[in-house]
Amino acid sequence: MRVFFIAALGTLLLGRMFGQVPAGPAPTAKASAPIDITGYWVAYVTEDWRFRMITPRKGDYQPVPLSPEARKIADAWDPAADEAAGNQCKSYGAGAIMRLAARFHITWQDDNTLRVESDAGMQTRLLHFNASPSSLGERTWQGYSSAQWEKPSSLKVETTNLRSGYLRKNGVPYSDNAAVTEYFDIAPIPGGGQVLLVTAIVDDPQYLRQPFTTSSQFKKEADGSKWDATPCTAK
Amino acid sequence: MGCHAVYRKMKSSAATILCAALLCLTATSAARAQMELTGSWTPRNHEFLTGDGLPVDFTGIPLSDEGRIRALSYSESQLEMPEHQCQGWPAFYLVQGPFGLRIWSETDPLKGNVISYTIGGWEDRAPMTIWMDGRPHPSEYALHSRSGFTTGVWEGNTLVTFTTHMKAGFLRKTGAPSSDEATTTMRFYRHGDLLTILEIIVDPIYLAEPWILSRSFQLSPTPQPPIGPPCVTAYEGSVGPTAPHYLPEKNPFVDEMTTKYGVPRDAAIGEPETLYPEYRKKIQAAANK
Repeated sequence: MRVFFIAALGTLLLGRMFGQVPAGPAPTAKASAPIDITGYWVAYVTEDWRFRMITPRKGDYQPVPLSPEARKIADAWDPAADEAAGNQCKSYGAGAIMRLAARFHITWQDDNTLRVESDAGMQTRLLHFNASPSSLGERTWQGYSSAQWEKPSSLKVETTNLRSGYLRKNGVPYSDNAAVTEYFDIAPIPGGGQVLLVTAIVDDPQYLRQPFTTSSQFKKEADGSKWDATPCTAK
Repeated sequence: MGCHAVYRKMKSSAATILCAALLCLTATSAARAQMELTGSWTPRNHEFLTGDGLPVDFTGIPLSDEGRIRALSYSESQLEMPEHQCQGWPAFYLVQGPFGLRIWSETDPLKGNVISYTIGGWEDRAPMTIWMDGRPHPSEYALHSRSGFTTGVWEGNTLVTFTTHMKAGFLRKTGAPSSDEATTTMRFYRHGDLLTILEIIVDPIYLAEPWILSRSFQLSPTPQPPIGPPCVTAYEGSVGPTAPHYLPEKNPFVDEMTTKYGVPRDAAIGEPETLYPEYRKKIQAAANK
């Protein structure tokens, strides 16, 4: 018995030392998830309150590091024109959606795809853990998101193929060249509850002088009883 | 010693060596799970964590009724008083303030493990030492200081710190108060060259619920200063016999956020319900009236 134990221990040690893993199919993203971010999450608006809870006035774009070209666009913001053109979801794209004052429902669509839905704007993001397809197709508000677990406890999401949109409701623009990198982390709240931290970096060489970095907090909710689906609005 | 005895001893020794090696590898894995925090970090000031600077801007702070009364009584003219000029900020200001971070560590000269991290200070915030050696927090009756007393542990790649024993101060420069019973939990997440600090402040007196904030910093090749210039008080000649303040219902700036930005008064004075998305419905309903 002892010989067997020593042999097993030795095998385990050698396996660890030389990085061997047991043969078999690679685990799915769902099975290998180091954290569970599924559930209902509500934005906890402790930062940028006046940019997120109300629609800021035209030209109020501090402290976004906008290029001069982007400032002209922001200064020409016309919500009525956006509505008329069917662009009322411009401020609900992947460059800004996690900064909305909204609720989010995160579920596994399948073993390798996370689904993120928002009640405000009724948007759906799909975070793909599989390899990206060769062609991403038409640009969309939510673009194409590639996801990977960052061990030991984080999720990294990279999004491209975006339609140009707004970082803020009042027409602060990002271009369709923008790329968004996000990190999802979770933490306990003293006294009870859980917080989801989403750090988002919007990189846009056309409209931003440097990557625009925000980090947003969400509290976990027990269920979807406060879910309030409302369509996009440009105003 | 017979052959069997020698054989048993060899087996026993082999098991001991293998167990020790396994423990070493496990310990090494735990050490590897940590990340490097030391260095200079410049802030990504793309979010408003300190409000707009208007005298009554408590948006995004879940103040208790007591906290709100105290906040509305505050006059920034108190900073003219020599005894207030160098009062500085509690430790949690490192997430809210506009400055960068300089972080260094002290290591045990024999074992090489980190005994403490220090986050350098600014002119108005004292350096914060994070004790990593497992020492307990002092008695609740121990001296309180601006930076408080902080311990830290690693949870995987995340440094988690807990701060107690801070002096009473401010949550925001416009007068939202913090008590000496406030505690702060911070979590340091590093993703590549980006460091994001999640901060949760609990204050049983002046906050109605935990206040959660975060800010990101970029690793910088340019050194951040480890300390700010010394604060020197000066008589400014305008302070009367009492501390400047506003009596209840007499703060003249209470509607300034509404006038300038259209922010409802409830939000400007830090009502907790205004921090949740459903409050937008109330704003819209009020606007439609």
